[in-house]
This record gives sequence, C-alpha cells and structure tokens, in this order.
Amino acid sequence: MGSRASTLLREEEIEEIKKETGFSHSQITRLYSRFSSLDKGENGTLSREDFQRIPELAINPLGDRIINAFFPESEDQVNFRGFMRTLAHFRPIEDNEKNKDHTASEPLNSRTNKLLFAFRLYDLDRDDKISRDELLQVLRMMVGVNISDEQLGSIADRTIQEADQNGDSSISFNEFIKVLEKVDVEQKMSIRFLH
Amino acid sequence: LLPLSSETLALFQVWISVLLCLVMLPAMFGLSLGVTGVYIQILVQILEWATLRIQRGRKEKTSVPIPLPNGIIHRDGGSMAQEMLEVRGSRPGGDFTLGDVFYFYKKGMESLVDDQVTQCFSSEELASWNLLTRTNQNFRYISLRLTVIWGVGVFVRYCLLFPLRLVRELGHILAKHWLSEVAHLMFYRICARGLSATIRYHNKENRPKKGGICVANHTTPIDIIILANDRCYAMVGQVHGGLMGVIQRSMVRSCPHVWFERTEMKDRNTVTNRLREHVTCEDKLPILIFPEGTCINNTSVMMFKKGSFEIGGTIYPVAIKYDPRFGDAFWNSAKYNMVSYLLRTMTSWAIVVNVWYLPPMTRLDQEDASQFAQRVKSAIALKGGLIDMAWDGGLKRARVKDSLKEEQQKMYSSMIVGPDGPKNSRLVYFM
Repeated sequence: MGSRASTLLREEEIEEIKKETGFSHSQITRLYSRFSSLDKGENGTLSREDFQRIPELAINPLGDRIINAFFPESEDQVNFRGFMRTLAHFRPIEDNEKNKDHTASEPLNSRTNKLLFAFRLYDLDRDDKISRDELLQVLRMMVGVNISDEQLGSIADRTIQEADQNGDSSISFNEFIKVLEKVDVEQKMSIRFLH
Repeated sequence: LLPLSSETLALFQVWISVLLCLVMLPAMFGLSLGVTGVYIQILVQILEWATLRIQRGRKEKTSVPIPLPNGIIHRDGGSMAQEMLEVRGSRPGGDFTLGDVFYFYKKGMESLVDDQVTQCFSSEELASWNLLTRTNQNFRYISLRLTVIWGVGVFVRYCLLFPLRLVRELGHILAKHWLSEVAHLMFYRICARGLSATIRYHNKENRPKKGGICVANHTTPIDIIILANDRCYAMVGQVHGGLMGVIQRSMVRSCPHVWFERTEMKDRNTVTNRLREHVTCEDKLPILIFPEGTCINNTSVMMFKKGSFEIGGTIYPVAIKYDPRFGDAFWNSAKYNMVSYLLRTMTSWAIVVNVWYLPPMTRLDQEDASQFAQRVKSAIALKGGLIDMAWDGGLKRARVKDSLKEEQQKMYSSMIVGPDGPKNSRLVYFM
C-alpha cells in the first residue's frame, strides 16, 4: 500500500541521502515511491529483471549498459542508497553549485562526474581507457544489424584517430573530455526533476 | 434457547423486509429514491472541505511533500535527430561522435525514473487525499479535525456501508436463482445499487443495438455491471474458475453469452468465426468486448487489439470514466485478488461513473483493422478525457517486443551512415 513506502524510509536516511546526492526531501520520498513500485519482490533491493520490466528501458539500445551502471562490482542487487547515488549523476547542476568552492569531494552531478559516468559506460573493464573493441561494442548495440562490420570498424578507427593524442590507439578520460569540451554536457546528461 | 422474545424477532423481521422492499422494489423498476444522490452531494462537500484544509496545512508545514500526479520529471521531448544534431554541433556531416550515447542514456534514465507504461498498471495518484487510508501516500497528519473526519469515515464505511452492501449482495444473489430470465436487467440494477453506484449515461440515443459490437475501455470487472445496467449484452470471454466462474455461470442462464475455453482463445480464427456467426444474426444481443485485453487504471486507453475489429459489423464505442475521488475502481490483479478487490470496493465511499455512448463506427475501405482500432480508441480516449497510448496492455505481464528496439537501432543507423556508406568527411574531401 502507498503509506508503507514513506514509513520504511527513516528521516536520518533521508538526510544522509540528501547530503550525499543533493536531492531535496520531497524528491527523495518520490523516488523512494518509484523504487518501491519497481521492487516487485518487496525485499528492499532491485535486481536487473526489475529494471528490464520497464518497457521503455527494455527497448533502449543501450538499456543493458544503463542497467549495469546501477550494479557495481558485479553485484546482483542494488539498494535504495545505491539507486540514488547513480541517479544523482543526472541531477541538473544548480546555479548555486556552479561556483562553489569545494573543500569536500566534488558533487556527483558535476560536469566532470557526468562525463566520467558516460566514460565508464564505454570502458567496461575499468582500465581507464576506451579500447577499439569497447567502442565497437557500444556502436554495435546502437546500430543493431543495420551496419556491416567493416563500416562499423572504419567508424571506430576514425573516432579513435581523431580523439587519440598520445598515440596509444585508445581513448583516455582526458582525451574523452577534450573531444566533448564544446558539448553542453550539463543539459544532455541531466534530467529535469520536478520539486 | 434464544434470549430474544418472539416480539423482538417479529419486529426484526419486519425491519429487514422493509429495508429490502425499499431497496429492491425501486431497483427492479429502475427508480431511485434519491438517497444515493443526497449522499454523494454531502460527500462532495466534505471532500472539498478536506481538500482546502489539506492545502492550507501544506502551506503551513513545508516539510510535507506535495503529490505530483503528472510525474516526477519533466521530459524535454526532443527527437533523436534533433538531439544528435545538437551533440554533433560543428560536425554537420552526420558522423558518429562519442557524445551520441548521451541521448540514449538520458532517455533510458528518464524512463527508469518515470515511465508511461508501468504507471498505467497501478492506481492513479490523487492530487488531494480523499480520506481513504489506502490512498494516503504522501499525506501526513495535517489537523485534528481532518483526522476526526477520517475516523468517522472509517466507521461509516466499515460498520455501516459495508455490512449493508454485503447483505444486499447476498440477498440478491439468492433471490436471483428464483427469479425468471426477465430479471436479468433487474439483477444488474440491484448489483449496481449494492455497490452504491451512481451511473450517468450520456447520449443514450447511441446505445448499442442488436447485431452490433460494443467496445469499451476496461478498468475493472465492474465495467460489465455498469454497462449491463442499461441494456443486455452478450459477453465474450474466457471461462474462469473460482468466484468469477460462479458469476459467469449464473449470467449464462439468463442470456446467451459466448464463452471460450482458454485453448480456444489461442486460435484467433476460431474466435473470429464464432463471433462473426453471432453478429450476423440480426436479433442477437450486441457483443460486449474490451479490446485492451486487460484492466488499465482509467487514466489512459492502451492499444486496442485488432481482433474485434476484423469481425465486421457496426462498432458501438463506449467510454467509461470513474470519478477517482470516491474510490479507486481499478482492479490491480497483480496486487489484489477478486475477493480483496470487492472488499475494497465495498468499503470505499461510492462508485461514481460517467458512461458516454459514442456514435456507431464502421471500418472505412481505405483502412485496415488496426487503423480502424486506432481510430475507435482515439474517439473513446477523447470523449472520456483519457490519454491515448500506443503501448500494448499486454506489457502488464509479457516482455516488450524486440522489434521496437530494432526500430530505434535502424533510426540511429541512418544517422551515421548514409545510403552511400559511412558519412565520413575525410572520404568526401579526397574524392
């Protein structure tokens, strides 16, 4: 029932999540409602199947990669904290955060962290480099069967050639940032949450 | 043995018979004593007061979260082509860039947080609390008066309305066995009364006629009672077990229905042929079909299965809209079984429903069955104030088809590869 959702989330937890992610109190309770409605097993965690049950996500060509982003270190379940931590990357950057002087660690939704999130969606083996194979994998997911291996290969080669500056035939995180420096990452990798 | 004297017993019997007469006689003749009408009016006043009180309370206590019936996020709605162009910026050649993935990531995350489909399969969230515990999702304690009213409401619903409705239902099911077939309409009228249903029929001149097919949006099994309250239908459906089966068998006795075994349903041709036979008889009752195939939460109309629209004949569309303030009519079969659903319905305030009969439609020459189905669906959605959704109601239980993903992949592929091979600015330069 509906009232169950808000009673299971304690005030202290909400405060902790607020500090960690920057979401407001009402956004957290609403997202907890969503989390609970996806949690068909009602055990406080989500599995990959729970995500795949969302039709719009299941038909997304990169759906599997997005779902994977919620399950670090090859675990099978994600709890609400982990769910919020991943979602926090897509929180828009607010004006009062842009020029803050951070003595603590950078907020999850900073431009750099958004780019790092996108980088990690390519870099599966976490060696901090996007190799030709990793790039091809993502390309193949996006185009399906509509483009041949040779064509896809040449697209991958060209992309690496243009981005690679130190000549190691792969794209490092700094090279990745350089390629996307003119792109409005804040807008492209943010979701407009209602208050 | 009994401590009751014979006089008290006699008095009790008289009281029950008076009650039953007051309820059954008007119901049989389609009259209304007007009690339900007054009750609804009082209820509306109380709920309006409660809404104002809650809004005032929210202004005072800012920590109470506001429910958002329109979703958690605001979607930008840019097309794939548009978004890709923006990311690629200074590269008008249509090449792949590392930032192409942003579009898919963002769309994926948005659907994860708030998707159109799964919310159709759970109860509608109300903008304001209607004093039922079950809809109290984000409403906290606001004021003493409100809580007292809620408490009185609980007492009224569980101790007065519910037993009354239960007694009526049981009495009527028993009486049904001894009444003749003519009593079919009466049976449904009594059922509706038993549920405290206020039904408003609009455009009665478009009421379905014999030999036609009536299609309506589906929210709950009560839809059948609502429609059958006004005229007789032949019903199509699967043979059920349990409580539903009992109800089905009792319905068959009074009207010629078309029931299918579960295995027969799998063969579309059998179903279509049998229905076609039924429709071609001019004096056969109109068939009632719910083309969505499953219960939806009454905020949208999902894809109409084209099977019903291949049969031929005249289609009489009907739009059914329940007023969510008085109770949640949606049957969430994943969450509640039939018995607990009926319990919830009988302990809600009332069932207030609007039924619109739309003008009959037939398939035009230039459209096929699925286009015709879409046209009918849009008309129903428009009249009932519901959202017209293209998604299949079958997604409640089944996985989505891969072909939808393939469509997206195809669309994206056309953006990075033209008909003459990869759009590579360097190649063009050398040529």
